[in-house]
Amino acid sequence: MPTVSVARELLHTMLGRVYTQEEFDELCFVIGIELDDVTTEKAIIRKEKHLQENEADEDEEVIYKIEVPANRYDLLCPEGICRQLRIFLRVEKMPTYRLSRLPDSSILKMIVKPETAVIRPFVVCAILRGITFDQARYASFIDLQDRLHQNICRKRTLVAIGTHDLDTLQGPFTYEALPPSEIKFIPLKQAQEFTAKELMEFYKSDLKLKKFLHIIEDSPVFPVIYDSNRTVLSLPPIINGAHSAISLNTKNVLIECTATDLTKAKIVLNTMVAMFSGYCDEKFEVEPVDVVDPVGRVTRCPDLSLRTMDVDLSYIKKSIGVPLQAGEIVDLLSKMQLTSKEIDGDKIQVFIPPTRSDILHPCDVMEDVAVAYGFNNIPKTRPKTSTEGRQQPLNEFSDLLRLELAMAGFSEVLNWVLVSKKENFTLLNRKDDEKIAAIVSNPRSSDFEVLRTSLLPGILKVMEHSKDVPRPVKVFEISDVVLLDPSKDVGAANSRHLAALYCSTTSGFEIIHGLLDRIMNVLNVPVDGYTVEPSNEPELFKGRQAKIFYKGSCVGSFGIIHPQVLKNFDIPDPCSYVEMEIERFL
Amino acid sequence: MRDADGAERALLAFLESNAEISNSEAFARDLGVDHELLAGTIKSLHGFGFIEAKDVRRESWELTEEGLVYSRNGSPEVQVFDAVPAGGISREDLQRKLDDSVFSIGFRKAMSNKWLETKPLVSRKVLKVEDVVKQQLLDIKDGKNLSAADIDALKKRKLIVPKVWKAYSITKGANYAPTRTKAATEVTREMLLKETWSEVAFKPYNFQALGQPTEGGHLHPLLKVRTKFRQIFLEMGFEEMPTNNFVESSFWNFDALFQPQQHPARDSHDTFFLKSPCKTQTFPEDYLERVKTIHEQGGFGSIGYMYDWKREEAEKNVLRTHTTAVSSRMLYKLAQDGFVPKRYFSIDRVFRNEAVDRTHLAEFHQIEGLICDKGLTLGDLIGVLNDFFSRLGMKKLRFKPAYNPYTEPSMEIFRQVYPLYGSSALLTLISCCNSYHEQLNKWVEVGNSGMFRPEMLLPMGLPDDVSVIAWGLSLERPTMILYGIDNIRDLFGHKVDLKLIKSNPICRLGM
Repeated sequence: MPTVSVARELLHTMLGRVYTQEEFDELCFVIGIELDDVTTEKAIIRKEKHLQENEADEDEEVIYKIEVPANRYDLLCPEGICRQLRIFLRVEKMPTYRLSRLPDSSILKMIVKPETAVIRPFVVCAILRGITFDQARYASFIDLQDRLHQNICRKRTLVAIGTHDLDTLQGPFTYEALPPSEIKFIPLKQAQEFTAKELMEFYKSDLKLKKFLHIIEDSPVFPVIYDSNRTVLSLPPIINGAHSAISLNTKNVLIECTATDLTKAKIVLNTMVAMFSGYCDEKFEVEPVDVVDPVGRVTRCPDLSLRTMDVDLSYIKKSIGVPLQAGEIVDLLSKMQLTSKEIDGDKIQVFIPPTRSDILHPCDVMEDVAVAYGFNNIPKTRPKTSTEGRQQPLNEFSDLLRLELAMAGFSEVLNWVLVSKKENFTLLNRKDDEKIAAIVSNPRSSDFEVLRTSLLPGILKVMEHSKDVPRPVKVFEISDVVLLDPSKDVGAANSRHLAALYCSTTSGFEIIHGLLDRIMNVLNVPVDGYTVEPSNEPELFKGRQAKIFYKGSCVGSFGIIHPQVLKNFDIPDPCSYVEMEIERFL
Repeated sequence: MRDADGAERALLAFLESNAEISNSEAFARDLGVDHELLAGTIKSLHGFGFIEAKDVRRESWELTEEGLVYSRNGSPEVQVFDAVPAGGISREDLQRKLDDSVFSIGFRKAMSNKWLETKPLVSRKVLKVEDVVKQQLLDIKDGKNLSAADIDALKKRKLIVPKVWKAYSITKGANYAPTRTKAATEVTREMLLKETWSEVAFKPYNFQALGQPTEGGHLHPLLKVRTKFRQIFLEMGFEEMPTNNFVESSFWNFDALFQPQQHPARDSHDTFFLKSPCKTQTFPEDYLERVKTIHEQGGFGSIGYMYDWKREEAEKNVLRTHTTAVSSRMLYKLAQDGFVPKRYFSIDRVFRNEAVDRTHLAEFHQIEGLICDKGLTLGDLIGVLNDFFSRLGMKKLRFKPAYNPYTEPSMEIFRQVYPLYGSSALLTLISCCNSYHEQLNKWVEVGNSGMFRPEMLLPMGLPDDVSVIAWGLSLERPTMILYGIDNIRDLFGHKVDLKLIKSNPICRLGM
């Protein structure tokens, strides 16, 4: 969940009253955001520099760190959070975002060249005219772009935002894709000119930007935006040009969003203009740009129109379980930035603003009604569903066996399914024939490379960590291993295994053999119902090991653990071990 | 010399006619036994109440090794004096006649005593000297008292060291008898046979000591709590889902749940993908088509996510990130078999590609419950959550709006941490909180819940008036709170402490 920093002072000013921390916490709870942390700007800097806490002074500005839901992009900046809270508290009415009325001829154009199709096919733009920045607004404007880049833009892969001082540029603009060596400009924060090719090298050492290079690096052409004087606006999704950089004094801002996903580009652009058009001379007014695609089709953007959705009133009432009137529902929705009206046929028509891209289905409207009504005001009811409780037979069976093993004096351990390849194979004197084990492709560490094919590595690791436990040690585990299985849709299947180990100053082979007999006894397998035959498993000691056969097939084996294996796991004492599949006895 | 039995008899006999033995050490000396030996007898007799023994501490002096030598050979100053012939002797010759240490100490001492002079031959200054030091050392050896000044002088020369003597003063005890018979510790078969049990004296049992540890095996704490949760679900009429499939396709784990393909949870930073088997080959194709459509274009009243849905993404195998992957299979199957109302639950492992620390593991157990029926409401969800959590001893819940791609509405479940009253689970929780006061009356998140989105249910083919309410929580967290474990690796995995498995109490959640 993304976190947004909001100055407490600003919140109080915007909400028109002072909230105690508890009161504000409560407000957040009701609306579904979370006051995650209370800090100060200086404290954040101190933390970054690893300085001591005691240097804090009293008059520092308090900052609330607020966690917002991952699908509410309109809450990714203080402006959006304040607006939602003000509307929820009925301090403010839902604003109407609109496009400025201009003759078609005065609308700036962004012409898209066909070559962009191979690398980053989409672009949408808008202009904020007559904007007034101050320190806080400017910082918020930059922060919002960062947060959008982090979240919906998926680290700029899906969408990248560029903002420019329009007064330094000359339209119309072109969105092109050119070989990197042909693109030449002075990038933001630099003094000299680079070709795009040189830039890719240059930014390899830039901590922030190097993460984005891979998005276009291998492409023969790079996306680039020019104005009519061939000034480079930006090299998306990497960097903007220095020429059109915005500053505190910028009055007219051009926003361009290039993308591989047009839907998300529109959401990002709408979020940017909805949040910051409030600082324009004409409040909530946005100047459009015409995007001309390679076949000459013109799309005017941004699209700030209200989406409509008709929702059955009975659906809302039935889903929540509260008999609300249409008027009440309309009123509740207005607190959630949704205007609506009752229409014929027991329905309401909901007008969804460009900021609420999270509303996909009437269920999202229903949720907003429930949130505005208050989850905790909904009366408790009991589902009338009458059903019977039932266990999975395999789990019930496993639980019964677990009790038997504990009663036989063995203590239960519970190990991870993920182990290293070494633990699953080499340390057990085994080779990976690549036919039995499921392999993880992206483990964070070698500890999680492979799904265990037996319970042995985990149990041996327990013994490795139990050197100081008084002998004899008797442990067991009944749990799943995973084996490749081409007959399954996913290509692998779990298998439930039972394993037990005895460790003492002597190997106790007969004790494990006796446990096997006991297990067969409680499984109601008569003494002549299973056979043990000498075996030659690499993890077990020669001459003191056997396979267990039941109804003609091998279900497991038991024996003394091979001394080399004990050494591999740094276990000083001899151990005997049994492991078997149990699903066949079900 | 008497043995221990002899000493015991003598001691008990002595007390028969005397009121007290004031000093066991003197008594031992008179008896001619070692005091250490007698002390053992005294402790044993005291233990059985035959005698009452009180500690007597006495400080005495003991000769050091050096002191012991001088007590035999005389003090070094006298040895030096004696070695000087009447006519005098050169210093070198004198030194040759004596041990190095005797000469160096003795010569200096004899000079400072003004017994000798050098002019330049060493010669006697007085006719005769008395070896006072030797006599003092012998006196100490015999246990005689010396003046404080003498003691001090000897102590300074490191010839004596203090020694603490522990002895006892003894009177008759409550069970005094002139002789004792050995007390029994066990009732034996022989006593029963011979019926001697009524005559035998039994050693008093030490009720302060712990009894003998039991033998036997023990169940794992996490699975004891799992058993409790399973019981609660079964009592509430829930049917267990088969969750023994850790490897799952992205399709069932994400796509079927209407989780878009660019969702951050599908990132390699959060999810384990598989190299082998890397993908799933078979899907119910018609259903897959409906899932693709709902993602790309919407349907059933939804506008969808409006992006290009890729089959290759859905085919990618993962270690399931939630048991809801199983729920999606079960609900799809339910739709195919013909809808009937269901209550389902599962408790099993899920996997997250997270860094391992005190509170996070790459795998943990998810508890999940869901109800599938026509006409379910949010009020029903709140009601069933109250029923479920009250069985865990959590009576008061509160719900916070949240976001989850496959539930709408989504509610985080919070419970209040009460002051010291209520169920034992709460007591345990409170007692294991470090910041006890801070925790009081705080709302703590205990799980997540919601109603499955129509975009998930309707493509499966469930009737459109069917709703599913569901909730989930982890098994590890309540277990850690219940048993006061603050590092998850102490609980789950090979670093578990076998002593913890042995010693942890029964799971009394909600009792």
